[in-house]
Amino acid sequence: MNGTTRRLNFTDSAFRATTLFFAVAVLLVLGGVIAALIDGSLPALRQFGIGFVATEVWNPVTEQFGAIAPIYGTLITSAIAMLIGVPVSIGIAIFITELCPIWLKRPIGVAIELLAGIPSIIYGIWGLFVFAPIVQGTIQPLLIGTFENVPGLSMLFAGPPYGIGIFTAGLILAIMVLPFITAIARDVFEQVPPMLKEAAYGVGSTTWEVVWHVVIPYTRVGVIGGIMLGLGRALGETMAVTFVIGNAHRISASVLAPGTTISATIANEFTEAVGDLYTSALVALGLILFLITFAVLAVARLLLLRYERKAER
Amino acid sequence: MDLYARRRHKNAAAMGLSLAATAMGLGWLVAILGSLLWNGLSGLSLQVFTQMTPPPGSDGGLLNAIAGSLVMTVLATLIGAPVGMLAGTYMAEYGKYSRLTVVVRFINDVLLSAPSIIVGLFIYEVMVIRMGHFSAWAGAVALAVLVIPVVVRTTEDMLNLVPNSLREAAAALGAPRYHVILQVSYRAARAGIITGILLAVARISGETAPLLFTALNNQFWSTDMNAPMANLPVTIFQFALSPYADWQKLAWAGALTITFAILALNVGARALSAGKANLK
Repeated sequence: MNGTTRRLNFTDSAFRATTLFFAVAVLLVLGGVIAALIDGSLPALRQFGIGFVATEVWNPVTEQFGAIAPIYGTLITSAIAMLIGVPVSIGIAIFITELCPIWLKRPIGVAIELLAGIPSIIYGIWGLFVFAPIVQGTIQPLLIGTFENVPGLSMLFAGPPYGIGIFTAGLILAIMVLPFITAIARDVFEQVPPMLKEAAYGVGSTTWEVVWHVVIPYTRVGVIGGIMLGLGRALGETMAVTFVIGNAHRISASVLAPGTTISATIANEFTEAVGDLYTSALVALGLILFLITFAVLAVARLLLLRYERKAER
Repeated sequence: MDLYARRRHKNAAAMGLSLAATAMGLGWLVAILGSLLWNGLSGLSLQVFTQMTPPPGSDGGLLNAIAGSLVMTVLATLIGAPVGMLAGTYMAEYGKYSRLTVVVRFINDVLLSAPSIIVGLFIYEVMVIRMGHFSAWAGAVALAVLVIPVVVRTTEDMLNLVPNSLREAAAALGAPRYHVILQVSYRAARAGIITGILLAVARISGETAPLLFTALNNQFWSTDMNAPMANLPVTIFQFALSPYADWQKLAWAGALTITFAILALNVGARALSAGKANLK
């Protein structure tokens, strides 16, 4: 080897090592997040043990902290978001892939994606000042009135229409997850082999029958992956929820009541938390949130990977 | 005949619902942008961009918040984008078929959608506590952590789109691997990589949660990177939730500014990558 070749070889190894280092750094970020959260939540976990996730009390004055109310709030707001967001997202994806004239596909797709570009704080300020009054004035009285005499449901939709609360937070989250689920559903719908669809049309199926009996069964794994991805977003969403949730540490039977979520609790209280135990309890909440979203997002990615492999075959 | 009619009606109902869903989705976008314009334009004036954030009850603007946001966004991009690009380069060029790439890609995809408030907590634990105070550096690093996954993802995807024949042609001329990457792959994927960075900038410029307890906020003009720094998202958060009408008005003006800046970045990034696709 002459000098030039050796120098080039050295530079190449150095460059390779640098890129490798940063690829590993991505893993270290994840490891660092987990380690930091565990380290920060140790005082609270030592103090309260497993009871932390089973008690409802949240009292900074007596330093009693239980995570069940925020966990409940996180799960129930995300459930409402999924209940509304999933059918709407899939409806939009069906419209874009099956009904829409070709020239309109791109503009509608971009418009829906712009919803994902709007920062969450904007959803929050809009939710609080524009949307919540509408919910309070029309949607909530309607729900309360409709279900007043229905056993079971009357409890779910009881109480005065505050405007802010679990229900409104769920509605805002539904709008926020819409672009994510729509984007994935649209992509997987478009990968269905045209032959399958044409065969179904050929034997006389209607558009709906093609969607229901061919497109959806073929893309099921991918669509579920997209839904889980949206769920991961909804669980961790912070600012929009913080504006409209009402920040009340209690579990109410009615979804119209104010509540709180893990992320909203952290956002609202972290800078004001005095004392190590209070801060640590909030970090422990963060750890719980991270574990839940990590599990959901990991399953989402695995499903999407499985779908991709199927689509490639 | 009855069966046909029923199937037709069912089809019409389903398609009607999907049309309604689309109208609903677009309706939300129009409603949000509409109320931003409605409430924001009345508060928007030159003053917003030339004066500092005021105490309640007096005139002022958002200059220090806008400047702080710009500083932290630029720094975060300068830190995060190279890290993401290099990691993405390993995944698409050197380690295309390695196990590590599969793992990094999976973890990166999870980090891409991980809650941003967790990143705030992470940086609080590793920087704010160690340094003993909130700082603009902590804010910038928190945002950088959010930049990395976006850039890793787009860099890898874009480099994977570069045809191998280009690399082989360069290698056949005797170019070493790094030369091929720097001179051929990066050039061919440039528009796509820049799009990814722009999308990352768009994402972090509206992020509030990771700044709440890293950069905190500052009512005054500050260029000290070791002190809390004003930033637009947290200012909007505080002003919007305040009981003062003039603060709320400024919050709307700030919200309008930030949203349209971000949407412009998004559209710009898209136009850039679309133009590239047309060239091919």
